Amino acid sequence: MVNDPLLQVKGVGIQFGGLKAVSNFNLKINQGELIGLIGPNGAGKTTSFNLLTGVYAPTEGEILFDGKRINGLPPFKVTQRGISRTFQNIRLFNELSVIDNVKVAYHSLAKHSVLSSILRLPSHFSGEKEMEKKAMEFLKIFELDKYKDEDAKNLPYGKQRRLEIARALAAAPRLLLLDEPAAGMNPQETKDLMELIAFVRKEFNLSILLIEHDMNLVMGICERIYVLDHGVLLAEGTPEEIRNNPKVIEAYLGEEVHDEHA
Amino acid sequence: MKKSKQFWPFIGSAIAAYAVIQLLISMGILDDFYSNILIFMSINIILAVSLHLIIGITGQFSLGHAGFLAVGAYISAIVTMKLDLPFPVAILLAGIMATLAGLVVGIPSLRLRGDYLAIATLGFAEIIRIIFLNIDYVGGAAGMQVTHMTTWTYAFVCLFVTILVIVNFTNSRHGRACISVRENEIAADAMGINTTYYKVMAFAIGAFFAGVAGALYAHNFYIIQPQNFGFLKSIDILVYVVLGGLGSLSGAVVATVLLTIVSTFLQDYPETRMIIYSLVLIIVMLYRPKGLMGTMEITDYFKLWRSWKGDKQHGK
Repeated sequence: MVNDPLLQVKGVGIQFGGLKAVSNFNLKINQGELIGLIGPNGAGKTTSFNLLTGVYAPTEGEILFDGKRINGLPPFKVTQRGISRTFQNIRLFNELSVIDNVKVAYHSLAKHSVLSSILRLPSHFSGEKEMEKKAMEFLKIFELDKYKDEDAKNLPYGKQRRLEIARALAAAPRLLLLDEPAAGMNPQETKDLMELIAFVRKEFNLSILLIEHDMNLVMGICERIYVLDHGVLLAEGTPEEIRNNPKVIEAYLGEEVHDEHA
Repeated sequence: MKKSKQFWPFIGSAIAAYAVIQLLISMGILDDFYSNILIFMSINIILAVSLHLIIGITGQFSLGHAGFLAVGAYISAIVTMKLDLPFPVAILLAGIMATLAGLVVGIPSLRLRGDYLAIATLGFAEIIRIIFLNIDYVGGAAGMQVTHMTTWTYAFVCLFVTILVIVNFTNSRHGRACISVRENEIAADAMGINTTYYKVMAFAIGAFFAGVAGALYAHNFYIIQPQNFGFLKSIDILVYVVLGGLGSLSGAVVATVLLTIVSTFLQDYPETRMIIYSLVLIIVMLYRPKGLMGTMEITDYFKLWRSWKGDKQHGK
């Protein structure tokens, strides 16, 4: 039982009308691993994230998290089971302050009821105080504590990305899904972000699944890599294996050589 | 904590406001005309603030608030006139029945978004109106006679409880969950918020206070008729909320006070009343496109003013 993978995806697929966006997708993530998911544009990376988090229900196959089926659960239940995510196009709560963004993610770990909040019972105050404390801890790790009362929409782009990761972590996940966390960042910001990801992984004992376009980055930090193309799994293996896999090279780089594929 | 620091001044000023007006009424300085305006204003504020929770905080565009008002009005009238129970019981029952109506509408229709939800709630409000129109027990189209029981004290207590509950709800993890639904429903869902639950919750609380307002309304006007609760009544309430600034409770209150005063004093000029009223709306929206207060609260202005004063002193 100890060696059971944390996440096991077995033959999952989804069909939108006549289009098979993803089919026969298999994936395994062990406790503590950092896995990369790469592929050209439109390969189905974000769709597979949406399948894992319950945004879409798969039309075939099975997703097991911690040995239990999670496909068909709504997203908020998947998150409460311990899978949390960020989005490719940042989705913060713009009009909420930075600290409140994090508090929303901590919501389902707090216990005080609606009635206790309306009547301002002691459990409301202790609950809110704990949320404040926890949220500050996450903001400090991501060096966002000095912006805590700022509206999220006023943060610069790179900090918004960091806030999104902080928020995802506040939901206390065991598996963190990052959808292109470095998109739009400059090389220095990307490097800092990668160090941060490595740090939180250790600090929170996390498994991480990462979608990324930047090949160097993925090759640099991931232990294993899955490659998607046209909705099917093209290859999986260590960065070294992926780098030398002829099918991957063709999907990524071969387009110029074989003009008819372009 | 800062919330509890604001709490006592709020209670204090509320009691002071109540006492002063009650004193003026009992001394006869405020005659029936003015005390009636105050009661009418309180009812409108309750309606605006309860709709603010649904539209401004949770972001669910509902056009059915007059429906809940009607449920509250008729239920309370039945309780006092037909069952001969005391008025406070009627207020409470009106709220509870309106909440049930809110759940019946909310659970199926809150899956819809934006315009579609607006149409669904609009349809619901019309259904309620037509049901009352066709029940002879409550007088049908001729309406139902109701004894005048609403006093300034009843109106004020209900208003106070409404604001207290909705402010407390908003400033808690539950209120934040509602705001997160408004801001980005997909992200809220992905952060573990049960979005349907909070939408229905906001709808139910909003409906409860609309029902309470209905009870006050019914016992203030001697007669209730289905035509009082039509589509235009929902729009009236919506205008208070939008004009005040979506997401601002104090904005909704300020706008309601302003518009109630405008429309009351325009009653002497029936020919031009709606023209001037509409002009006021157009002018406010032109110069304050985000509403009178935007998303700010009165307390935010105090904070701004204080920090501005602080900066000035540091500068010296």
